[in-house]
Amino acid sequence: MGTEIAHAIADGILGGGVYALMAAGLTLVFGVLDIINVAQGILVVLGAYLSYVLSVHLHIDLLVGLLITVPAMFVIGVVIYWLFIRTLRGAERTSMTLLACFAVALIIEGVLYREFGSNYVSLNAWYVNQSVHILGFYLADIYLIGFGLAVAAVVVLYLILYRTTFGRAVRATMQNQTAARLIGIDVNRVAALTFGIGVAVTAIGGMVYGSITSFTPNSGYDLISRLLAIVILAGMGSIGGALAAAVFMTTIEALVDIWQPDWSIVVFYLAMVIVLTFRPQGLFGRHAVRAQ
Amino acid sequence: MTKQTVAQGSGLLLLLAVAAVFPLVFTNPTATNFAVVTLVFVAVASAWNIFSGFSGYLSLGHAVFYGTGAYFLTVAANDWKLSAGAIFWLVPLAGLAAAVIAAPRGLVALRVRRHTFVVITIAFFFIAQLSASNLSVTGGSSGMLVPQPNWAGATFNNPFYYVALVIAVATIVLAWLVRRSRFGLQLRAIRDDEDRAAGLGVRAMPVKLAALVLSAFITGMAGAVWVYFTGEAVPQFVFDPLFDLAIVLMAFFGGLGTVAGPVLGALVLQPAQLWLNLEETNSYSSEILFGALFLVVILFLPRGVLPTGAEYLSKAQAWIRRRRAAPGETAREPAAGADDAITPTSAPGGAA
Repeated sequence: MGTEIAHAIADGILGGGVYALMAAGLTLVFGVLDIINVAQGILVVLGAYLSYVLSVHLHIDLLVGLLITVPAMFVIGVVIYWLFIRTLRGAERTSMTLLACFAVALIIEGVLYREFGSNYVSLNAWYVNQSVHILGFYLADIYLIGFGLAVAAVVVLYLILYRTTFGRAVRATMQNQTAARLIGIDVNRVAALTFGIGVAVTAIGGMVYGSITSFTPNSGYDLISRLLAIVILAGMGSIGGALAAAVFMTTIEALVDIWQPDWSIVVFYLAMVIVLTFRPQGLFGRHAVRAQ
Repeated sequence: MTKQTVAQGSGLLLLLAVAAVFPLVFTNPTATNFAVVTLVFVAVASAWNIFSGFSGYLSLGHAVFYGTGAYFLTVAANDWKLSAGAIFWLVPLAGLAAAVIAAPRGLVALRVRRHTFVVITIAFFFIAQLSASNLSVTGGSSGMLVPQPNWAGATFNNPFYYVALVIAVATIVLAWLVRRSRFGLQLRAIRDDEDRAAGLGVRAMPVKLAALVLSAFITGMAGAVWVYFTGEAVPQFVFDPLFDLAIVLMAFFGGLGTVAGPVLGALVLQPAQLWLNLEETNSYSSEILFGALFLVVILFLPRGVLPTGAEYLSKAQAWIRRRRAAPGETAREPAAGADDAITPTSAPGGAA
C-alpha cells in the first residue's frame, strides 16, 4: 500500500506538469485580457491532432514536430483573437468573449470530427512506451519528458514575462490597461501576442496529453473542465498558483484512483467547491473579482 | 397607447389560440414531436433568462437542473410504479427537486461574480454529469428507461404537447410579471452595478438566489417533461454541454433580458436544429453551423434580433421625422446628438 501511494504521488506530480503548462496559458490570457478562453481544451486536442498528422503522415518525430506545431498554434491563437475577440467591447465584453471562445471551440470540434472521426487515436514514438527505473519506481519515459517539457516551457514563459521589454508591457497591461496605453504600449498588439502565447502552449500540452492517453475530438470537454477547475482553485490570473493547483489536482486524482477510480475527478471538483466556499478568490487569487 | 396595448393583446391571444389548436391541425407525429421539444426549450430559455438575462449572472450550468428534474421523474416513475397519466403529476415535484439542488449550489456560486461564476457553473455541471454516470440510483452510464404510456400512435404526442404548452406559457407570463415587478427591478439593478445596488438597499444575495431557484424550478419541470417524452435518461444526453450553450444562444439570439427574446430564439433555433439533425446524418455539420451562428450573433447582433431590430426601426423613424421636419443640412447636427441619447435605452419594443 505504501509503495502504491508513493507511486501515485510521483505520477501525480509528473502528470501535473503538463496540466500546469496548459493552465498557465489559460490563466495568462485571463490575467492580461480578462478573457476566459474556454476553447483551450479543444485547442489542446487540436495540438495533439497536429502532432498526430505530422508523425503518422509525414513521419516527423513528436519532439521535432513541436518546432512546427508550436508556431502553428501560436498563429491560430493570434488569428482567433484578431477575428473574433478583438472587436468585442462594452459592458458585456466578459461574457461575450467567453461565449465567442465557446463558439470557436464548437467549430474546431466539428472540424476535427469531420477530419478524424470519433475513433480514439494516440500518439506514438519510440520513447512513448518505455519506462525507467528510478528510486524503486518504474516511471514512464513520456511522463518524464512531458514534465521536463512543461518545466522548460514554464521557464521560457517566466523569462519572457520578467526579462523582456515585451514581458514588461504584458505585465503593465495586466496591472492597468489605461495607464499602459498612456505610456505608449500598443495594448491591442500585446493582447494578440499574449493570446497567441497562451494558445501556443497547447501544442506542447497536446503532444504530451496525446502520448499519455488516447483521445477523440470529444476529449476537449474533459480537458477544459479540469483546466478551469485548476485556474479557479488557484485564483484566476495567478500563474504560480496554477502550477501548484495542477499538481495538487493530479496528485489527489491519482491517490483517490487507488481506491475509487470512478470518483477520483469528482473529489477534485469537490475540493474546489469547498475551497471556494471559504475563499471565493481561490487559493492564490488577490481579489474575488476585478473592479468592474 | 391603448390602441397598441389592444393590438399586442389580441396578437398574443391569436398566438395562444394557434398554439392551442396546433396538434389538432398538424397531426403528423414528426410535427408534434418537434413542437413538444420546441415548447420545452421555450420554457427553458425563458427560465434561464429570468435568472441570467435579468441578473447578468451568466449560468452555463442549467443542465444540472434540467438533468435533476429528468432523473427525479425517471427514478420516481420506476420506483413508485405509477400509471401513465399519473407520471405527469411528478413534473412539479421534479421542479421542486431541481429547486432544492439549486439553493445550496447558488449559495456557493453566487458569492463570486462574472467569469468565476460562469466557470463554477461549468464545474458544477461536470460534477453532476460524473455523478449521474457513477451513481447506482441513476442507473450509471447506461442510463434508465422511463415507463412509456401505451397511447395510440397518432395522438401519442398530444398530452406531452399540452403539458409543455402550459409550462411554456406559464413561464412567459412569469417572466413578464418578474420583469415588471420590484423584484425584477432589483435583479436588473444587480446586473447593472451590484455594489451600487447593494448601496441603495437591494439585498443582493436573497434576490439573486430567489431568481436562481425560480429558474431552476421551471428548468427541472421542463427536464422532467422532456425525459418522459423521449423515454430514457442517459447521462451524456441529460447532462449535455451543448444544451447549456443552446439555451444561451436562444436568449442571445432573441434578446438577452427581454421577455420575448428567448421565446423567439427558441421558436426559431430549436426547430431548425431538429430539422438539421433529421436531414444530416453527421452531427458535426450541425455543430459547425451552430458555432458559426453563435459567432455571427455575438459579433453582429450582440443584443439580439429584437432589440437590435427595434433600434434600427426607431433610428429609421427618427430619420424620417427629421427629414420631414427640417429638409436641410442645418438640422442634421443637433439631431444626431439627440439620436445618440435615445438609442441606448435599449428598445422599449423588445421588452414586450
